[in-house]
Amino acid sequence: MKAKTILLVSGAFLVLTVALFLTRKVSAQAPTPSDDQVNAIASQLFCPVCENTPLDVCPTTACHQWRELIRQMLAEGKSPAAIKQYFVDYYGARVLSEPPVTGINWLVYIVPPVAFIAGATLLFLAFRTWRRMGKEPAAGSASSSPASNDGSSPVTGSGNVLDDQYVARIEEELKKRK
Amino acid sequence: MLAQLGLGIFALTFLLALFSVGAAVAGYFSKSDRWVETARLAMLLTFPLITVGVATLIYLLVTGHYELQYVYSVTSNEMPFYLKITALWGGQAGSLVLWSWLMSAFASAVTLRKWERDRELLPWVIAVTSVTLAFFLALSIFYENPFARWWQTSGGDIVARMFAPAGALPLIPSDGQGLNPLLRHPGMIIHPPMLYLGFVAFVIPFAFAMAALVTGRSDDRWIRLTRRWTLVAWVFLSLGLVLGMRWAYDVLGWGGYWAWDPVEIAALMPWLTGTAFLHSVMIQEKRGMFKQWNMLLIILTYALVIFGTFLTRSGVLSSVHAFSESAIGPMFFVFIGVTFVTSVALLIYRWKDLKAEVEMHSLFSREALFLLNNLLFMGVLIVCFWGVIFPLISELVTGQKVTVGPPFYIRANGPLFGALLALMGIAPLSAWGRSTYKTLGRALWKPSIPTVIVPIVLAILGVRNWVALVGFTLVAFVIFVTLYEFWRAFRKSNLEITKRTQWIVIALLILVTIGFAAWALIDPANWLTPFVSMILTYFMVAIWMLARRNPRRYGGYLIHLSMVVMAIGILGMQVYQTTTQKTLAVGQNIQLAGYTLRYDSLAQFPYTDGRIVTRAVMSVYRGGQYLGNLYPRYDNYPDGQPVTIAGVRSTLSDDLYVVLVNWENVSEAQAPFKVYHNPLINWLWIGSLMFIFGFLVAAWPVSEKENDEGKNES
Repeated sequence: MKAKTILLVSGAFLVLTVALFLTRKVSAQAPTPSDDQVNAIASQLFCPVCENTPLDVCPTTACHQWRELIRQMLAEGKSPAAIKQYFVDYYGARVLSEPPVTGINWLVYIVPPVAFIAGATLLFLAFRTWRRMGKEPAAGSASSSPASNDGSSPVTGSGNVLDDQYVARIEEELKKRK
Repeated sequence: MLAQLGLGIFALTFLLALFSVGAAVAGYFSKSDRWVETARLAMLLTFPLITVGVATLIYLLVTGHYELQYVYSVTSNEMPFYLKITALWGGQAGSLVLWSWLMSAFASAVTLRKWERDRELLPWVIAVTSVTLAFFLALSIFYENPFARWWQTSGGDIVARMFAPAGALPLIPSDGQGLNPLLRHPGMIIHPPMLYLGFVAFVIPFAFAMAALVTGRSDDRWIRLTRRWTLVAWVFLSLGLVLGMRWAYDVLGWGGYWAWDPVEIAALMPWLTGTAFLHSVMIQEKRGMFKQWNMLLIILTYALVIFGTFLTRSGVLSSVHAFSESAIGPMFFVFIGVTFVTSVALLIYRWKDLKAEVEMHSLFSREALFLLNNLLFMGVLIVCFWGVIFPLISELVTGQKVTVGPPFYIRANGPLFGALLALMGIAPLSAWGRSTYKTLGRALWKPSIPTVIVPIVLAILGVRNWVALVGFTLVAFVIFVTLYEFWRAFRKSNLEITKRTQWIVIALLILVTIGFAAWALIDPANWLTPFVSMILTYFMVAIWMLARRNPRRYGGYLIHLSMVVMAIGILGMQVYQTTTQKTLAVGQNIQLAGYTLRYDSLAQFPYTDGRIVTRAVMSVYRGGQYLGNLYPRYDNYPDGQPVTIAGVRSTLSDDLYVVLVNWENVSEAQAPFKVYHNPLINWLWIGSLMFIFGFLVAAWPVSEKENDEGKNES
């Protein structure tokens, strides 16, 4: 055989091997996927029967079969995303640990932050009103309003109008001491 | 015969509870003290009556009356005596009976007090507790009758009824099904009563709140009268949650303690509002503010307590806990709706009377920070509530079920819990009223200095995960602030203790030291555990002595400390838990986190109570050094679910947790093992022990003199 032919054949062989290696990379690496590889995907899935038990720790036979299915698909070289999609296609979105962001499921992600922001805004507005209300009658009552129930009371009061709330507070304190 | 007696007693108690509601309301409106007194006596009478009913049921359980459906479903001949008693709350019908019994006990305890003052509250406290009692008794009588018997109808069907269907013959099985093996764990035996103690005790502050609303009392008497009830309710609920975690960790065999299961969340939700309530009532006591908000919080807590029972008991969610499904769902739903709407309507009616007496002055005052704490707790509540009910909504609207699982809760709640930690550090340093950012800053800088060092040290040690960095820094911050507070208290105090106390403390310290020294000598390789425990105990004793000055405040700080100690465990698990699984032949190894475990042997043997135990022996090595054996096993009961008991090597720094994976093929030659490395998890349990201690300090009765001292200081 001529050297040129040998070169050509071996070249083609090399290209073929590389191509084969590239296309079958995953399966070539892991002929039988390990338990850990299977569990990595299984832990993100919930079977429709054993609700709220992730697939990686679920003891039922059905879940065992699911795990074997995952192992098989991994061996075939499917990506984790593709495997998860397979289960979603067959059993619905409930196999995922979180609802996919489609349709009404938007609500699950939107409501808590919106409610929290609304609460925070409400609280902030309330703070502002309280502070304004606290400042308006500030001249008279601020100095005499009790900072805490330490009992040191400015009996002389702050001028002609005795603060109603202050009186009420004292009465209540007296009630407590009874 | 006894069954009929039991049901008869329940029916009588139910009528008595209804009568007491009527008498109390009539007494209030006709201003007749005699009617109120009658209502009170009727309420008090429910307790001995219902106790006889419960005793009857326990007797039937213990003596194996399997002709009763309930006895059949939760006991069996080979079960030990104590489990037959605790089987009272091992199933749906019995748990509801326990609820009623506790409700009656607590309501009686409350009505027994002297009521010389605040007598106008009495009729409504009786009415609210009696309505709740009547509701739960009605469930037992009409829907979940624990006394129903087995009958074989003429058609051959087997049915459970109280009274014989036409032409049916009684059926008497010779043995029962027995309690679900998963529930035979000590943690599970105490867990439900703890939760229920917490749930039911929260009804008492709610009853007083409603009484205050109806009678138009706008002062804080209802809060002061129920302060201890609230604390007790909250502590039992917390302990119930922790025991549930421990049970899950020991028995369920998935290496964790909390799975964001809807039923776990059902118990967490009243805890969230209860915790917010516990904090915000302090503002009303000190400052006369947020009266409306406190009302709303206790109303929510009550609703969530009933809702929590509803979620676990109605079978509306099917999850690992909801082992029972029944027809009581709609009843619960109506009850929650009616009580919630009524109480909110009352609150709106009294809204104006509940105006604050003092205005808010500063964003940096303690009351403002407490309000922020409430906002955060409400945030967590919304996440939890929404996560639990969204699958139901989705099923209703689109017909499709979805799963809202752990990633959702962790992502949403993580930052909120972080903010709560930060607040736990800041709030104790702020003052009531006119705290400004300057005064707050002055108080903050000292504990901040050691805090800043923490992330630097952690980073040098190789911690790169930002959640861990932020989390541990916050934990350190709270610890420094709390210790700083204790230090300030120590400097201010002139510790005067009696000779007797002094000797007790000295004797205690000597005993503790000897005890821990002995522990360290027995197991010298693990000297760190007894050493740290000893230091913690010394610390506790010292703090206990300090806390006598103001038990509520320092008890509260101790509870804060226990919470951050728990947070250490939670962070360790959340960020650093690792796991691996492998099928091993005898002699083969599995490696995880620097440990090597060798599979040595497997044995299968029967145990006295009929279960078959399958147990593996593994030897554990680290760095070539032999550390000991682990015995992962699973127990097969003749009647059902296997129970997986992990082999655990537990230290202060980590747990090595090995599961013999019984759901794969196990044989002597080769067996599958799942190994978890759980860093720092023990701090979760240590924290919960500290928590009990903190509660004891906070709730321990103090003499009047001591109490006055404390008041002046706070």
